[in-house]
Amino acid sequence: MSARALDRPHAVTRRQLMRGALASAVLAAFVPRTHAQHVMTLPQGKPTSMVAAADARDVTVEIRGFAFVPQQLSVTVGTRVSWINRDDEAHLVASSEGAFKASAALDTDDRFELVFDKPGTYPYFCGIHPQMRGTVVVK
Amino acid sequence: MSSDNNLEPAPSRRRILECMAAAGAGTLWLMKGGVLHAQPMAGAAAQTAADATFGFVQVSDSHIGFKHAPNMDVNATFAAALARINARALTPAFVVHTGDLTHLSRAEEFDTLAALMKGVKTPRVLFIPGEHDVIGDNGAAFFDRFGEKQNAGGWYSFDYGGAHFVALINVLNLRANGLGFLGAEQLAWLKKDLAGRSAETPIVVLGHMPLWPLYAPWGWGTEDSGEAMTCLKRFGSVTVLNGHIHQIQQKVEGTVTFYTARSTAYPQPAPGDGPGPGPLKDLGTRQLQSYLGIRDVRHVQGQDAVSVAEEMLS
Repeated sequence: MSARALDRPHAVTRRQLMRGALASAVLAAFVPRTHAQHVMTLPQGKPTSMVAAADARDVTVEIRGFAFVPQQLSVTVGTRVSWINRDDEAHLVASSEGAFKASAALDTDDRFELVFDKPGTYPYFCGIHPQMRGTVVVK
Repeated sequence: MSSDNNLEPAPSRRRILECMAAAGAGTLWLMKGGVLHAQPMAGAAAQTAADATFGFVQVSDSHIGFKHAPNMDVNATFAAALARINARALTPAFVVHTGDLTHLSRAEEFDTLAALMKGVKTPRVLFIPGEHDVIGDNGAAFFDRFGEKQNAGGWYSFDYGGAHFVALINVLNLRANGLGFLGAEQLAWLKKDLAGRSAETPIVVLGHMPLWPLYAPWGWGTEDSGEAMTCLKRFGSVTVLNGHIHQIQQKVEGTVTFYTARSTAYPQPAPGDGPGPGPLKDLGTRQLQSYLGIRDVRHVQGQDAVSVAEEMLS
């Protein structure tokens, strides 16, 4: 099983992940008033990494059927939340209260990641389909 | 073919219209005695247009950049819709695109749309943005390139052929769980724009999202459309045209008639049919049928021609 996972064409290397984490840490240091740090929007097809899956501090929210799944997410401080769009329609992730900068438009299989480094409740919605809502609770 | 084919019931014709929606069609609007009449592009005969004051064409929801089932080539279907406009004997006074020019507001998508639009034969093209055209920059790129630049907010009005046209923006400053939104500033402008106009002036309102509560669970409506309607209800003829829902829905409220338009890219489900308003991709087979259906459309055009011939005989 794990050998097969390693063969995945788009798996991210641990080094790439560390680099991403480092970048976000640096960003956090310079933008102290932003509670959640926008890490990156990855182009489509890019990684569902087995490293991420193995790390409890990385959590994925799927966007499918015009809904965020799970809609309510509870995580610990420092968790990286990834949204991945599984719909054929474009979506995006926007904070309902301006707590973070909205994602770019997410086409099918595009991802958007945020590291939540402060406790709080972060309601968000899809800026294209405002009826789609979700919440991340950071403890 | 058997004679049964000549006696096809209405549902078949309706299905073909659905297929035409998938294949991409515009709507020709004819102004007759101050009242707008809709005419599908395919069936519009020059005879019908002869007694019109003027005509214009609405196209909508081209979603340039969309690359999924049921339409892997939205450029081609949009070009086909424009080709239908060009094939007409009468040149429309203008062509208006009621939003979602692009799928993701990307520069190259706007480039493609602009290049395709250059091919349409009409003296004037007008645009209003859909929510897909304002992603990431609140529409700055859209307004810079396609806006009329009458007002900072992007909305505009103009007169043509005795009618007054108002183009509203209802895709900005959307809120969580909200619908389309006009905002106080735009509503104040609308009130001022309409003030002093005779109630006999035919009014045509253009918007992207429906300007009446069509289906709130999917965001198909505009939060403050009621306030706009308050300014409009004193007029004897008000026609409200929008896109967004990729299908035709109609509603009459006093002197105000609301119409939604088809998309040139892909159809969406009827309100509430399924989890959300995504593309009807299980059209897989149906789209195949619609390609076969283009033959059916021609066949039906033949039937329409027969009915036109009957009119000519009478």
